Amino acid sequence: MIGAKPQGERVRVTLWGSLRSAAEGRDTVEVEAATIRELFSRLGKSYPGLKPFIDRGIAVSINGQIFRDSWSQSIPKGAEVYLLPRIAGG
Amino acid sequence: MPLDVKPDLKREFDVVGTRPLRPDGIDKVTGRARFGADATAPGMLIGRILRSPHAHARIRKIDTKKAEQLAGVKAIITRDDLPDHSNGERGTYDVLYNCMAREKALYEGHAVAAVAAVSAAVARQALKLIEVDYEVLPHVTDVDAAMKPDAPVIHDNIFTEGVEPKPDKPSNVARRSEFGHGNVEAGFRECDVVVAKSYRTEATHQGYIEPHACLASVSPDGSGELWVCTQGHFMIRNVSAQVLGMEISKLRVTASEIGGGFGGKTHVWMEPIALALSRKANRPVKVVMTREEVFKATGPTSSTSIDVKIGARKDGTIVAAEAVLRYQGGAFVGSWADLGAMTAFACYDLKNVRTVGYDVIVNRPKTAAYRAPSAPMAAFAVESTIDELARKLGIEAIDLRIKNAAREGTRSSYGPTYGPIGIGATLAAAKNHPHMSAPLGKNQGRGMACGFWFNFGGQTCTSLNINLDGTVALSVGTPDIGGSRASMCLMAAEELGIPYEKVRCVVADTSSLGYNDVTDGSRVTFSSGMATILAARDAIRKLCGRAAQMWGISAEAVVWEKGHAKPAGPNAGEFPPLSLKEIAAAAATTGGPIAGHHEFNADGAGVSFATHIVDVDVDRETGATKILRYTVLQDAGKAIHPAYVEGQFQGGAAQGIGWALNEEYIYGEDGRLQNAGFLDYRIPVCSDLPMIDTVILEIPNPKHPYGVRGVGETSIVPPLAAIANAVSNAVGVRMTHIPMSPPRILKALEGRS
Repeated sequence: MIGAKPQGERVRVTLWGSLRSAAEGRDTVEVEAATIRELFSRLGKSYPGLKPFIDRGIAVSINGQIFRDSWSQSIPKGAEVYLLPRIAGG
Repeated sequence: MPLDVKPDLKREFDVVGTRPLRPDGIDKVTGRARFGADATAPGMLIGRILRSPHAHARIRKIDTKKAEQLAGVKAIITRDDLPDHSNGERGTYDVLYNCMAREKALYEGHAVAAVAAVSAAVARQALKLIEVDYEVLPHVTDVDAAMKPDAPVIHDNIFTEGVEPKPDKPSNVARRSEFGHGNVEAGFRECDVVVAKSYRTEATHQGYIEPHACLASVSPDGSGELWVCTQGHFMIRNVSAQVLGMEISKLRVTASEIGGGFGGKTHVWMEPIALALSRKANRPVKVVMTREEVFKATGPTSSTSIDVKIGARKDGTIVAAEAVLRYQGGAFVGSWADLGAMTAFACYDLKNVRTVGYDVIVNRPKTAAYRAPSAPMAAFAVESTIDELARKLGIEAIDLRIKNAAREGTRSSYGPTYGPIGIGATLAAAKNHPHMSAPLGKNQGRGMACGFWFNFGGQTCTSLNINLDGTVALSVGTPDIGGSRASMCLMAAEELGIPYEKVRCVVADTSSLGYNDVTDGSRVTFSSGMATILAARDAIRKLCGRAAQMWGISAEAVVWEKGHAKPAGPNAGEFPPLSLKEIAAAAATTGGPIAGHHEFNADGAGVSFATHIVDVDVDRETGATKILRYTVLQDAGKAIHPAYVEGQFQGGAAQGIGWALNEEYIYGEDGRLQNAGFLDYRIPVCSDLPMIDTVILEIPNPKHPYGVRGVGETSIVPPLAAIANAVSNAVGVRMTHIPMSPPRILKALEGRS
């Protein structure tokens, strides 16, 4: 249907070690999300302990490409998704 | 993200890849370029900052009365003049606290008051008249000591993050982070050889020649201007406005030329102080740090303590690897250990790997980024252990690295799977390089090491205006710290099909462009470069439209080739090509100004790898090390201006040489820095360095139209390890403490004998 919001697929997300304690000890979680924005929104609701980390800034790796601010970035079906600390540079 | 950024791998470039003179070169060598301290304004006052002599002290009272009565003093500010506007946001509060101490001074050099006066002499005199009542507290400056249970706790509201259960007592350990995959314990059980070593590195300063400097002017209506030496004037604007409770639109910030940054100018240090002084004095105020202030009050790197364990089978296959990395971030919470833990094993394809990082708070100035922050120390520890492993296995160090190098499809040690990467290519090039087989003399040693850095993109906005005479004015928002204006001009000229000399690039102020992230993360040639290419393509679309108007045909029937609009084919009509200059000359009658613009979040900066080879000669009597030969091999994706790529390679290596051999923050028992000046903190000079040879590899980044990867940071990652391996090979003792200054080398030699 034209204009319809794409249906979010189940996304398997791998957390780095420090996030695991904020996600009930899990190292991977699954949520339904079509974009990074949806991913953060659903993760924040399902695992409230992750919300402070998301608010402070988290990078997302999708199939090896790291996104820092592009929350509208779509997440392809079956993508490899990692949450990573937001990287500083010099 | 634009859709048309995939590189055309068969593209032949006309100007990209050439080596024209940089547009800012003549101004810099003739002294005409304006750096931070060159800004002046009518009625300008001089600002000076009073700093804590104590490493850790409660500030009971600050009495400014005598100083206020001194003739020529126009304003004095303390913590009472800087209310907290952070709304509980820790990052903003920490900036405020670092700019001006609040209840406690957290390190020697922490600002406690500031004066604006008619001259520097009066300002200095006024500082002496300010009376500060301190209650001196126990301090800690060593990373390992700060982690001990009986260490003085610097912040009573820091509870270690990332551990379960959450601690109920505050400590100096701000955070624990962990990365990796597989089963490390099981992996080590499969190994024939395991090497475990502990290492230390000392803090170093970026050592930029230009000290921090700014001129602030705040008007009675609350609007302000700031001229400042920085890597990120948009960041300075936003953070300063937030700290001072100003509306962002009321503050306009202009970046000066920059005399070196290397990450140290990606932070706010004293700009809100200059603005607050100006606001109170109702006069412009210039603040220029002394070198001592730069050392004591702006960010050096972390000092670190790192344990590494690596195990392999007899055939050289690394089966398991583990590292525990402790990084101090100065007096404030940082995430420096995260970066060390993520990068430590990033060069290798490992089945079982785990890294644990601890971010630790100590009574030192706030740690700042320094070219690939945190990666060099981790690489030093890992690459030294790799060399030890190779020695035990009886395998050449380079062959062990080649066998275990990460490749496309490798799951990185920090998580994601790699796309096309260049570590294998740099290692192959190193193995075949003549340097690797050149003869060595007595007391000489050769070392090598690999290094990794992420690179990233970020928010970027660029404008490109076509002038009446066919020249092009390009505005970017990323300060030029390494020749980026030349690279931007090359890319604009390439797209538009005009000579390099016809494009002039300026770093626009914060009121002239949309927000741009800081110049860091090796991002500018990638991000501003891509924005420039896409702004040029936007301008080309408009140029084609104007040509179509001039010919009276449809815009779709016009193509752009080598600086000219041409009819797309025979059906479009027969018209002689129109040059950019001809279309520009007619702009007034075809719709007015012609400009291209692009703003976006640049993502997709490709990761970068390097391999370094170094030969050293160690004097066994004095412990002094001389660098005889140095070769850098690094993947640049695509070298836009090869001379500046080489310059980045050489600069990173030169700074790494200083870090490896001499540079070090030395603290006394009193928690005070003992060597806050270039006489006692020795950075390399020309006579310390050989010509640094470079090999540029070009493995295109698929996420940039020309294939660009960042190059500015990776080159500082391998030197500590490469030189440690070379020195260890020369003296026959494993060096585990950076810098390998003469006393440490002599001690190691004595220990062996």
